[in-house]
Amino acid sequence: MNLGAIARHRLFWPLVALVLLLVASALKSPAFLEVTVRDGHLFGGPVDILRRSSVLLLVALGMTLVIATRGIDLSVGAVMAIAGAVALSQIAASPDPGALSTVLLAMATALAVALAVGVFNGFLVAVVGIQPIVATLIFMTAGRGIAMLITGGQITTVTSAPYKTIASGYWLGLPVAALIAAFVFGVTALLTRRTALGVLIESVGINPSASRLAGVRARTIIWTVYVICAAFACIAGFIKSSDIMAADSNNAGLFIELDAILAVVIGGTSLAGGKFSLTGTLVGSLVITTLTLSITILGIPVNAVSLFKALVVIAVCLLQSPVVQHRMRSRRRRVAPVPVEVPA
Amino acid sequence: MVSRTFRTRAMAATVAALALGLAACGSSGSGDSSTDAASGGGDSGDLITVGFSQVGAESGWRAANTKSIQDTLTKDNGFDLKFSDAQQKQENQIQAIRSYIAQGVDYIAFSPVVESGWDAVLEEAKQANIPVILTDRAVDSEDTSLYKTFIGSDFVEEGKRIGEWVSDNLGTEPINVVELQGTTGSAPAIDRKQGFEDATKGNPNVKIIASQTGNFTRAEGKTVMEGFLQAYPDIDVVYAHNDDMGLGAIEAIEAAGKVPGKDIKIVSIDGVKDGMTALSEGKINYIVECNPLLGPDLADIIKTLQSGGTVEPRIVTHDDAFDQAAATAALPTRQY
Amino acid sequence: MTTSPTAIPPDQPDQPGEPDRPDARDREPVVAMTGITVTFPGVKALDGVDLRLFPGEVHALMGENGAGKSTLIKALTGVYAVDAGTIVVDGTARTFAGPAQAQAAGISTVYQEVNLCDNLSVAENVMLGHEVRRAGLVDFRGTRRAAREHLRALNLDIDPASTLSSHSLAVQQLVAICRAMVVDARVLILDEPTSSLDVDEVERLFAVVRDLRGRGVAILFVSHFLEQVYAISDRMTVLRNGTLVGEYRTADLPRVELVQKMIGRSLEVLEQLEEAPKRVAAERGVQPYVQALGLGRKGSIEPFDLDVYPGEVVGLAGLLGSGRTELARLLYGADRSDVGELRVEGQPTRLRTPRAALARRIVYSSESRKTEGIIGDLTVRENIVLGLQAERGWLRRIPQRKADEVVAQYVEQLGIRPADPDAIAGNLSGGNQQKVLLARWLATQPRLLLLDEPTRGIDVGAKAEIQRLVAELAEQGMAVVFISAELEEVLRLSHRIAVMRDRRKIGELVNGDDVTTDDVVDLIASGGQDA
Repeated sequence: MNLGAIARHRLFWPLVALVLLLVASALKSPAFLEVTVRDGHLFGGPVDILRRSSVLLLVALGMTLVIATRGIDLSVGAVMAIAGAVALSQIAASPDPGALSTVLLAMATALAVALAVGVFNGFLVAVVGIQPIVATLIFMTAGRGIAMLITGGQITTVTSAPYKTIASGYWLGLPVAALIAAFVFGVTALLTRRTALGVLIESVGINPSASRLAGVRARTIIWTVYVICAAFACIAGFIKSSDIMAADSNNAGLFIELDAILAVVIGGTSLAGGKFSLTGTLVGSLVITTLTLSITILGIPVNAVSLFKALVVIAVCLLQSPVVQHRMRSRRRRVAPVPVEVPA
Repeated sequence: MVSRTFRTRAMAATVAALALGLAACGSSGSGDSSTDAASGGGDSGDLITVGFSQVGAESGWRAANTKSIQDTLTKDNGFDLKFSDAQQKQENQIQAIRSYIAQGVDYIAFSPVVESGWDAVLEEAKQANIPVILTDRAVDSEDTSLYKTFIGSDFVEEGKRIGEWVSDNLGTEPINVVELQGTTGSAPAIDRKQGFEDATKGNPNVKIIASQTGNFTRAEGKTVMEGFLQAYPDIDVVYAHNDDMGLGAIEAIEAAGKVPGKDIKIVSIDGVKDGMTALSEGKINYIVECNPLLGPDLADIIKTLQSGGTVEPRIVTHDDAFDQAAATAALPTRQY
Repeated sequence: MTTSPTAIPPDQPDQPGEPDRPDARDREPVVAMTGITVTFPGVKALDGVDLRLFPGEVHALMGENGAGKSTLIKALTGVYAVDAGTIVVDGTARTFAGPAQAQAAGISTVYQEVNLCDNLSVAENVMLGHEVRRAGLVDFRGTRRAAREHLRALNLDIDPASTLSSHSLAVQQLVAICRAMVVDARVLILDEPTSSLDVDEVERLFAVVRDLRGRGVAILFVSHFLEQVYAISDRMTVLRNGTLVGEYRTADLPRVELVQKMIGRSLEVLEQLEEAPKRVAAERGVQPYVQALGLGRKGSIEPFDLDVYPGEVVGLAGLLGSGRTELARLLYGADRSDVGELRVEGQPTRLRTPRAALARRIVYSSESRKTEGIIGDLTVRENIVLGLQAERGWLRRIPQRKADEVVAQYVEQLGIRPADPDAIAGNLSGGNQQKVLLARWLATQPRLLLLDEPTRGIDVGAKAEIQRLVAELAEQGMAVVFISAELEEVLRLSHRIAVMRDRRKIGELVNGDDVTTDDVVDLIASGGQDA
């Protein structure tokens, strides 16, 4: 493969952005890329990025599948808030918050609630036929209210060693949160590429009526992806609430749906549905997380943060767009001698 | 296992939240509103109708503030409170104030999300002859006739008191300070930064090496602090504009294998329960209180105005300051 | 091959002009394309092709699928960049950067698949980009009025304010032509304009085309219907495999020779192809594979009875919109019936979804390849195994090797080109997409095959192959329901013909050597009174 072909790959520019952000951070703060062993686990900028991107990656993975079916799920942030609220209020209310059984039970309850939200979303989209953006808007707005009611409008704080492990723990020297995300990524990849689920999702996303006539259970598949999306958002909610050991219903996962959609798009999955790329979503999540972290490292002035973020995202999206790529290629080609039209 | 109460509660929540989310698109998505939105109009017998627009529920401090107002402005005390949560968005807040004007409430009170951009809507309130009371946060309007009074803490003073304590107790040798700012553009963020800078200006030992917004939330406080720890290996002091960001910073510092309160000192403002607990445990070193219990003061002001009296254009609430010993002593009796 | 614009291809001697029309060649061509070469990565789609269009002529562009007709049109209208060759419009060499520029130069195109906005009104579609403006704003009433005038010019009396999607495909096609004429085109390109029109509508269209010809418009006409080409065109250019075969006067080229030039095979082979699908004597089973008893759906099709036996081809004849498709969709569970009963192998069965039909070994190939057939962005392999995979469910993925075997078998058997399982299905020609769909269904080993317009818009060779395949499948014991607008085709293949009119089955004919298209037409015309 020549250089041109590499540059045309849809993940080329996102990866360039990722490298540039890392290099810039490392230039500003040379210690940034150093990975050291501290208290028996790895510590350093790259480890931080992995751990931090786990939340976004989880949400974006579910979002990828939903978007592949021509859908969108705006309720993921609210589901995160609900997951944290249910789990932590149950742990806080239990007599033994530090017990592993308490934590597992609380997480199971939260997962059940999140799955119910996913089933509800999927029902509205696949069965009732409401447009996904409208259907999921219901829980996007109402979900936080539910989480607030569960926590009684307070930030529920708990002390529970097993729960804290989710976000702050390490296993084999690696952050547990990153391992969870990696595991879910692996399972999703297996589920979609080792079974026929992936190609059926794509088929439904590209042409729903043709897929139905081909015998594909389009309805079931669409329903399933919303449930999967909610489940992944729930796990993300665990990590987020474990991170601060508090259920902050107002802020947990606030606006993460936008970041997730962005990660999916940067990863090369079209919002029009169809072909999706999990690897692309992984890269997209890393880019966005690194971007957020590098803002602190680079010391971007507070007032310029939004602008800086927007500029990086716009640059990546523009460079990726087929139109711009085409223009850049034809400009290069124009230099080469081409047969010119002969006047008649 | 799902308990019966929990299930009922969640169910009620779903219904309530759905109704809210669908009926009032964007005006209030949280189920926090305590008053019936349907009963409009300022004509409710002898009760004084007060429309209150809260910033949001971004922190423990705000939750205590909300509770104090809701507990004071009750029907028993002669008030009909219309409460709305702006979810930290100015547009929501302007919308809420407009709807209060339309309903013809007797008084409007609100904590502005940001300082600027209020002239138009406050002018509308003035035209409608509805007195406006600012609580907790100020606006930057030149025209002070747009509101009756501003009741709340003096944020510059709070920053100054923190700055003085840092300068006197820690600034005896060269120290590197990182600052976790509040929401960009909000009055407490601007003023607390200003006060701290004023107080430490004279001490060459105190050096602010980085400043970034943590949006007053625990999660963002933690994220930003993690970045600081990566970028600056020699941080001595964290100055957090509120306790929640300070609590987030504690998590980040512990994750980095350092001891909060010892390796890296933490000072913050607010004095909420979680913050005070951390202070008594020695994880935070100094807290300047910012009293959230504005309810009784607000009620007094309204009553005074209602009986034809006048109030000062600026009413500063009394704030305490705590170190570890004071916090431990105060904790058992704290209301929030 | 580089020839000057006025050169006549060597294999066609110069002929005198038609007696009733002045020789087009007396005048300068409005478009002259010379030595056009277009290359796609790895493929030479066009190699030194010439095309001339004169004012006031209907020029047919002929060739099989993949011969380069569409590419040539797109090269002319600037969709594709030309790698070599010249395009002269009105005596000036031009290079268009896109269809908009071509349109500005007076060259308008109506594509094979209607490219309009379904949810806009007819007026908006006709006038899109040319809305009547007043003070910079769109004057909707004026726009509608202008649209009505343009529609009138084509004898189209439809409400300009109605939504486009509320009209039949045929009307939509005419609206598309109307839209092309709004810009005062001097060259009108019609790419398969008649593939979804019925006989009357074709006549209507041709009346318009003749009228435009009389006004001096040059019309480039692409169609697979030889009858229509001979009925309307003055001259034709024949392409094969991206190269120019020649330019001919329609009157001078017998049909058989034309077909021979198009597919490059000898006459004998052709005749064989046409002969092969002669229906074999019905050796049908005792029990019908499916039996519809008063099956119907409100607003879609009146209750009907129909038996289809194994080993039998049942043709559905009728005009466009007569309920042929609706009938097939009921048998497939694509729509749910609300009255009557369906029996599969004697067992009463309710088909609620296509998947249920699939489980009963019933498959349906839709008339809309693009919207209801091919999954455009997936590969040929994925498209072929989709039906098989859907039947197995998502959990049991078809092993790669099995998939490869199935795909290789059908690519070979049906002659799918390119024979590359990893090619993106959406990029294949219409005929090859149809073959991919057939492969998808045959791979599921069906007992009943419902084919809705399987030969529409595909070339003669592929058409003959599909016809032969249908005959073979029936011979092997498969039950087939065959739908086509071409009565000849239905007659050639079917053992029995169910005749449809106005969403009702009006009669049935047992096919025999004495049955002719006239019999079917009579039956349709009489509304089944005499049958």
